[in-house]
Amino acid sequence: MVTQEIELNDALARAGIAAWETDLAELIVQLGDDLPSHILVPAIHRNRTEIRDIFRRAMGGAGRPAPTDLSDEPRALAEAARLHLREKFLRARVAISGANFAVAETGTVMVVESEGNGRMCLTLPDVLITVMGIEKVVPAWRDLEVFLQLLPRSSTAERMNPYTSMWTGVAPGDGPRAFHLVLLDNGRTDTLSDPTGRQALRCIKCSACLNVCPVYERTGGRAYGSPYPGPIGAILTPQLRGIARHPVDAQTASLPYASSLCGACFDVCPVRIDIPEVLIHLRGQVVRQHGWRARIGSDEALLMAGLGATFRSPRRLAAAERAAGLAGRFVGRSGRIGRWPAPGMLGRWLRFRDLRVPARRSFRAWWRSTGGDEGAGR
Amino acid sequence: MTHRPATAGDPAREAILDAIRRAFPDRRPVEVPREYERAGGGTRSGREIVDRFAERVAEYRATVVRTGPYGLSRTIAARLAERHLRRLVVPDGVPAEWLSDAAVEIIRDEPPLSLADLDATDAVLTGCAIAIAETGTIVLDAGPDQGRRALSLLPDDHLCVVRGDQVVDGVPDALARLDPRRPLTWISGPSATSDIELDRVEGVHGPRNLTVLIVGE
Repeated sequence: MVTQEIELNDALARAGIAAWETDLAELIVQLGDDLPSHILVPAIHRNRTEIRDIFRRAMGGAGRPAPTDLSDEPRALAEAARLHLREKFLRARVAISGANFAVAETGTVMVVESEGNGRMCLTLPDVLITVMGIEKVVPAWRDLEVFLQLLPRSSTAERMNPYTSMWTGVAPGDGPRAFHLVLLDNGRTDTLSDPTGRQALRCIKCSACLNVCPVYERTGGRAYGSPYPGPIGAILTPQLRGIARHPVDAQTASLPYASSLCGACFDVCPVRIDIPEVLIHLRGQVVRQHGWRARIGSDEALLMAGLGATFRSPRRLAAAERAAGLAGRFVGRSGRIGRWPAPGMLGRWLRFRDLRVPARRSFRAWWRSTGGDEGAGR
Repeated sequence: MTHRPATAGDPAREAILDAIRRAFPDRRPVEVPREYERAGGGTRSGREIVDRFAERVAEYRATVVRTGPYGLSRTIAARLAERHLRRLVVPDGVPAEWLSDAAVEIIRDEPPLSLADLDATDAVLTGCAIAIAETGTIVLDAGPDQGRRALSLLPDDHLCVVRGDQVVDGVPDALARLDPRRPLTWISGPSATSDIELDRVEGVHGPRNLTVLIVGE
């Protein structure tokens, strides 16, 4: 995930180095020249027949070809991947891994996985390079007693994932002879500087928020334009890309709006990231960086500008209140304004929503004439 | 163990550390609340812990065999025969009495086998450092009866001997007893994937068959 964030494979390809993904889903994505769509199951957008076709078409060009009679049974597809990758695992001299956690107190790094591709990469090649975001570091060995129980349960609903590897430097005669740890900032300290936004760095990449998100369910992961899809991606990606300091591309700027703010993500988050709170906070940053006009249709920008001007002046507000009260007498005799063919945004709004008729007399006018005496002037 | 810390004058390191310091102008030490419930909590007896471990490992579709201390070598031999395993690799520290009944080719990892030779074996037999009842996990720490990590990775069958007194209640108990300086591998069932249509397949790159032999009275 983090290597996708820094587009490492592209950089390696430009340097003439063949880098092969070893997670089954990542392999499907790579061989299909595709983009991942989920944190935990990146090829969730492909069905078994598509995967079989990708394997038949592309495995031969990358190494051991798929069997010609390959079926679309998941078991057969997993077996094809096993044989294809086994050859690479036994030959590879260098592996690059990510990490789920690292412990400051002991210098231990760890990878949590299911398939065993992680163990292969961490154990067989001569040289191991681990690239890890700085937010993965926990202070103490003991902290793992929390995270090792939180992550699998929130991620795959297992009591424990099949394999977890932990290592502290190199061990003579066991595993790689050289280990390089790359601690990555790439926007994380910027994110850390924002008291509201920094909670996004608590994420342990369990993907529980994706699985409950109504927006993710409709759009799929690739709509988020980053290795981090779903609600967590919507708050992490804009921050990593620097929304607090400068304008960002249009897709990234749209991410904080990719939410109905229903809060389901906050409910399931095992590390209590208040994703709706950060989304709203980031909407403010998008507006500050881009202005309304760039971000949203000009109707809304105009409306917001008008409202801004009205609320800035008590005199204009009073005039608007008088006008609204007067208009209310004509448009909504039943106490509400229903479907009404008004022009522009107002008409579109009223097609689906009712508005309450504005009060004939504003609160401020009532207060002025009665001094707040409950019974008077009703 | 050799590790060379990033040098103090390294500009990238200094830049990141400076940025972290700037992010918290009023740095205060963080107090981690520890009043949370630690799973297990040490209320179960030794017998209950081992029973729970056996039950939880079996739920991962590992094969669980329980045996008394004197039946271990026969149990191992029977399991090898049942799985039609012919070539068994063992770490150097595996006791000879575990193997006294096994009618298979025994391959010792001394001197260390090449990866290709290791890949050509059928099975590996190891002990473990510790096992966790709550999560059905065995933990290897590359001790003498477990060997280097590749041994329990390349063969398609892993037979792991767990003594009853090695089973602890929960994850916190295990962490308290493990040495972080050793390479640790936590194993909870055979390797698995759900990457294709969320359909679970046991057995991808690690051993596809895990047999846990629990030795107790």
